[in-house]
Amino acid sequence: MADVLFAAWVIARKDLAIEFRTRSAFFSAVIFALLGLVIFYFAWDPTAVTVNDLAPGVLWVIFTFSGLLGLHRSFGVETEDHAIDGLLASPVSRESIFLGKAIANLIFVAAVQLIAIPALVVFYNLPLGNVAIPLIAIAFLAAVGLVAVGTLFSAMAVNTRLAELLLPMLSLPFFVPIVIAASQSTAKLLSGRPIVEAAAWIKLLIAFDIIFVAACTVAYPFTVDD
Amino acid sequence: MKISWLPTIAGAAVIATVIRAAFFTPLEAKQGAAQKIFYLHVPAAWVAFLAFFLVAVSSGVYLWLRDSRLDRFAESSAEVGVVFTTVVLITGPLWAKPIWGTYWAWWDVRLVSTLFLWFIYVSYMVLRGAIESPPLRARYSAVLGILGAFLIPFIHLSVYLFATMHPMPIVGKPSKPSLPNEMLLTLMLSLASFTLLYFAFLRARYRYAVERDAVAAAIDHDA
Repeated sequence: MADVLFAAWVIARKDLAIEFRTRSAFFSAVIFALLGLVIFYFAWDPTAVTVNDLAPGVLWVIFTFSGLLGLHRSFGVETEDHAIDGLLASPVSRESIFLGKAIANLIFVAAVQLIAIPALVVFYNLPLGNVAIPLIAIAFLAAVGLVAVGTLFSAMAVNTRLAELLLPMLSLPFFVPIVIAASQSTAKLLSGRPIVEAAAWIKLLIAFDIIFVAACTVAYPFTVDD
Repeated sequence: MKISWLPTIAGAAVIATVIRAAFFTPLEAKQGAAQKIFYLHVPAAWVAFLAFFLVAVSSGVYLWLRDSRLDRFAESSAEVGVVFTTVVLITGPLWAKPIWGTYWAWWDVRLVSTLFLWFIYVSYMVLRGAIESPPLRARYSAVLGILGAFLIPFIHLSVYLFATMHPMPIVGKPSKPSLPNEMLLTLMLSLASFTLLYFAFLRARYRYAVERDAVAAAIDHDA
């Protein structure tokens, strides 16, 4: 188990090093998220819908779409010069490769959120204050589920003729429970309700994370073996 | 000409069911003629669930045994399932407009779950179409077929937390079914005839897949 996790961490570091040196996907995901915040603001009538009602939905829709940008890159970088073959031939388990990719994606998504959430608070003038910590917890739970499913589909989508078109088509139905649960619980928090009222949604997120992290880790080896 | 019995019997059973539902089953007191769509909607939903359940099962067994017949079975069942899901999604809103006063209700669990079934298995078909290599296509679609089955409870639960206004189950509920006998019989007949229709479609689609693969193999062989 420790070996699997150590190998996963090595692979995650490799991916993060590539991303840190090129910063190709990170900047596009951040700019995409900021543009999304702006466009959504103007897509609504601010006199009819208060920002507190608008913000949770905007946040989580942007979260999933900007996440997709990073997820596509995850296995996209491995197609060049058949880099994935080298990774598969290396003496690490398939599960380590999957978990390593997922960890790198999780850090990527978290880094985008680290800029997008404060930007949302500033642009939408949200009363964040004491809900910051529960909001971070929800963001983390949502990110884990998103990354587990998205990493698996990214691995599959790059080997198809449709590639970047197929990833959102496969992933978005799976992101729906995450978006519903995360926006509903964020809405409760922002309207000053106690966190207990969001308990059912948070449990749903935890259950989703457990099931899909396990299912996708088990499923990944089936997508690569030949 | 050789008569193909399964589609003939299935077709006749469906026509007989429609005639019985339209002319020989009493009108529902409150909903009137709108309720008749029930005999189309419910069996189509049953067949859709059966089809996708069998996709998930055959996908799981495929990953274990790697028998291409299971992959062709899953492919065929998914496509037939999508057709029946489309029927469910069209008949549901048609009934809902006069009865609920709205075509679509986002707070209804079964409606939204069915829509997502449709999304998942349409993308399943798109995924299949986007992969050239048959073993790769079989493995990828098997993974999606299984994960789709895991997703449905989550969609169901998340929409449930929105509260529901779908008519509650009136046949399978623990107490005695509250459907009058004549209506119940029509419903049972429609379930049976639609299931026959499912197997007729499934067999036709499976045979098509076999021949298509045989042709592809012959072309490969010649080249």
